Amino acid sequence: MLNVLAQTAAGEMLEGLKAIGAGLGYGLAAIGPGVGIGTVVGNAISSMARQPESAGMVRTTMFLGIAFTEALALIGFVVFILLMP
Amino acid sequence: MNDAAPVNELESLDPATETAIARDLTRRAIWVAPAFLLVGLLGWGLDGLLSSALALVLVAVNFRLGAAIITRAAQISINALYGAVLGGYVARLALMTAVVLVVKAVGLLATVPFAITLLVTHLGLLAWESRHVAMTLAAPGLKPTK
Repeated sequence: MLNVLAQTAAGEMLEGLKAIGAGLGYGLAAIGPGVGIGTVVGNAISSMARQPESAGMVRTTMFLGIAFTEALALIGFVVFILLMP
Repeated sequence: MNDAAPVNELESLDPATETAIARDLTRRAIWVAPAFLLVGLLGWGLDGLLSSALALVLVAVNFRLGAAIITRAAQISINALYGAVLGGYVARLALMTAVVLVVKAVGLLATVPFAITLLVTHLGLLAWESRHVAMTLAAPGLKPTK
């Protein structure tokens, strides 16, 4: 293993580490919005179950909330694209 | 007696509001598209133009797909809605990543205009739309007719 690492050019190692960092960053950045979207949808469903007549307004707010929360994942996605070798 | 509507009748009670919002967002994305395309073209050449266009298309498709998933799932049940929204989130991110990686592998992606257009358009359109939605929800009489 060490021999393989030693034979690898420094540039290749750096590229590999960049790719690993980009993938890890993207994955970690997607966790937060996932939790956030779960919270938004869970509360929206609770509201719709309690008051079905307000479903239209709740769904409107839910959709916008999901889209705003997703922006965080998009920031992670952009960092991933910028870091990818 | 409980006269509240059953939860599986949500779709019949309300129109697909998220589809209307996604349509609005797409229309506004078309309005602002020339500015982003021009910046991409002037700053980064043809690659910049294509990258900005790709970002605009991804933002619009992301909104439309998200709305379509919610509308379809709401017609099935509330449980389906929960699963579809969370599954849809992962699927849309995967789709977006796949498209961008393919374009990057071809060598046509200028990352800076793509990143700027993607983030600014997504957040800007949402802020614009939420301002409009807040106004129409608070005072439905102000809702535009077209």
